[in-house]
Amino acid sequence: MNSALEVQTESPGEILINSEGPGFRLGLAELWRYRELLYFLTLRDVKLRYKQTLLGAAWAILQPLCAMLLFTLVFSRLARLPSDNIPYPLFAYAGLVPWTFFSNAITNAANSLVGSTSLVTKVYFPRLIIPAAPVLAGLVDLGIALLLLVPLLIYYRITLTWQLLFLPLFICLATLLAFGVGMLLAALNVKYRDIRYALPFLVQLWLFASPVIYPLSLTPPKWKWIFTLNPMTGIIEGTRSSLFGLPFDWTAIGVSLVVALFVIALAAFFFRRVEDGFADVI
Amino acid sequence: MKPIIRAKNLSKRYRIGSGGHASLRDAVAATVRAPLRRLSNGKKGADNIIWALKDVSFEIAPGEVVGIIGRNGAGKSTLLKILSRITKPTAGWVSLNGRVGSLLEVGTGFHSELTGRENIFLNGAILGMSKREIDNKFDEIVAFAETEQFLDTPVKHYSSGMTVRLAFAVAAHLEPEILIIDEVLAVGDIAFQKKCLGKMNEVAQAGRTVLFVSHDLSAVNALCARTLLLHEGAIVVDGPTREVTAHYLDTTNKLYSPITWTDFPREQSVEIQLLAATIRQRGENTTAVDCRQPFTISLTYENLKSLPGSRFFILVRNGKGDLVFGTSDYDVMSPESMDRRRGRFQSEVTLPANLLKTGPYYATIGADIKNERVIFAENDAIQFEVYESGDDTLAERHKRVGVIAPLLSWQTSEASKPQS
Repeated sequence: MNSALEVQTESPGEILINSEGPGFRLGLAELWRYRELLYFLTLRDVKLRYKQTLLGAAWAILQPLCAMLLFTLVFSRLARLPSDNIPYPLFAYAGLVPWTFFSNAITNAANSLVGSTSLVTKVYFPRLIIPAAPVLAGLVDLGIALLLLVPLLIYYRITLTWQLLFLPLFICLATLLAFGVGMLLAALNVKYRDIRYALPFLVQLWLFASPVIYPLSLTPPKWKWIFTLNPMTGIIEGTRSSLFGLPFDWTAIGVSLVVALFVIALAAFFFRRVEDGFADVI
Repeated sequence: MKPIIRAKNLSKRYRIGSGGHASLRDAVAATVRAPLRRLSNGKKGADNIIWALKDVSFEIAPGEVVGIIGRNGAGKSTLLKILSRITKPTAGWVSLNGRVGSLLEVGTGFHSELTGRENIFLNGAILGMSKREIDNKFDEIVAFAETEQFLDTPVKHYSSGMTVRLAFAVAAHLEPEILIIDEVLAVGDIAFQKKCLGKMNEVAQAGRTVLFVSHDLSAVNALCARTLLLHEGAIVVDGPTREVTAHYLDTTNKLYSPITWTDFPREQSVEIQLLAATIRQRGENTTAVDCRQPFTISLTYENLKSLPGSRFFILVRNGKGDLVFGTSDYDVMSPESMDRRRGRFQSEVTLPANLLKTGPYYATIGADIKNERVIFAENDAIQFEVYESGDDTLAERHKRVGVIAPLLSWQTSEASKPQS
């Protein structure tokens, strides 16, 4: 019956669809071709984020600001936590800016695939774009939140140093890490909706494990290496060092870089392995 | 010429029941057992496995416009999803020699908070258009959708018709080498549907390859020279559209009638068990109905308890989802005169000739107690196809506006002149 097909040599066309997985290919060329879709989805997330809110983009500042006031009251005034000789409110805000970006990014990314069921089941495009968009959109909030640092730095009379040039490096690291963790959680969430419920606890636990509220110097020297293994430690401490001209802890920053790269490699590999099945299980 | 689409031994297996959210342990076990399962063909009952597609092979040459028809569950959507790369086949392969644009749904990714303009760009990008392409066609899209003055209004303030028009307009301006379309024509008002059909024809005329899935046999007839008929995951016939649609009507007849519910348990009411539903015409069971003849829908059911005041109803919808009519056994009987004791009963209703338009129909069967509650409703319990036999002069009426095509007798006589 298929004789007309059998005689032909089975040369694949431009696109071959079969049951095989992608192996170790990352499909970067294809991602590049779909870069405009990433742009439009990011734009959508940015535009929608504060639609129908009274305060609009002010929330980007209010979130870390409120946390700063709360932390200052509880941990500085009551618990008398040290803060590396930096005024505590400034110290906390500088840690909260990258932290708020990171926690919002992984939360939004984790829920992104499940929230885009119709896209996943009705159109083809590299699925990686879906969790990437909310992470990139979060960068806009990060930018707005950074603006408040200017009056704070002036008020507390902190002089900027050449170390400020390193700030973009830590933002990149945070983005990379958020993308890796977000991708992993998003893919897991498709199949195991447990993620949605576990995530708030994970985020809270991660906050306390990171030197947002307290300085890394407060941790006992014997256990410091465990805190350093947390990639957010290098990012948050690094952000503070570059803002306040404190010495960089290159070990912690190096560990952050290695862990972030490892997480993103693992996440990309895992994501590519399971993305073909998304439409069937979502 | 080198085919633009080649599919070979395409098969797709779905696990049902566990709903895909199986535990990790199940997933591992299934992978280990997979080679064995392939041999056992996933027969009914053995496991919760269905083959949505089974060894489907075909080739399509560039520029061909091919229809895909078949009943619900025949595997049409699965085939389209594989060709659109949304899901992977379990076995076999497809090779595509061109950019694929697929329209499995109108307005995928539309967001109600965004304006018309923003949605055009977002939806265009989702469908695979570049920003430049959208820029170039922007005015055309807006003109096609007839929504110029609302471009900067959020889509949530649009009427549903406007949203659909805008969504289709974006999709219609997609220019891939291979266009895959699933039933998107069944949108909007009649005038807009005509416009869409015209646009599709234009696409086909331009030499692009089109795969068109539809329930609407007349649309398939109008657009496609060749058609594939799918049944239970396999291609049954592949050939000129006229022959394939004729075969479809014919097999529909033999394969699907009568429909009984006795073989497998259904989640029906504990009060009434529907046992069988059949359509009869000229004394034979059928699901392909000639509209020139009356036909009878017959229901067999068991009242598990006495149900005074209950009535049976049938709601008939056409392929576009419009409710054509509803009828119940109260129509000509009074509730008091109905026998609603326990036991087995058969109810029949005969529909007159020359009433329905040609096309697919779905009948929902149920029972309720008027103004009180629905006892059960079996959605789309029977499907049937209405066709027109005989000469073309009478068939013309199926092209008219409206959901039915009654053949009515008109009398014209000379009117008497007014007395002066």
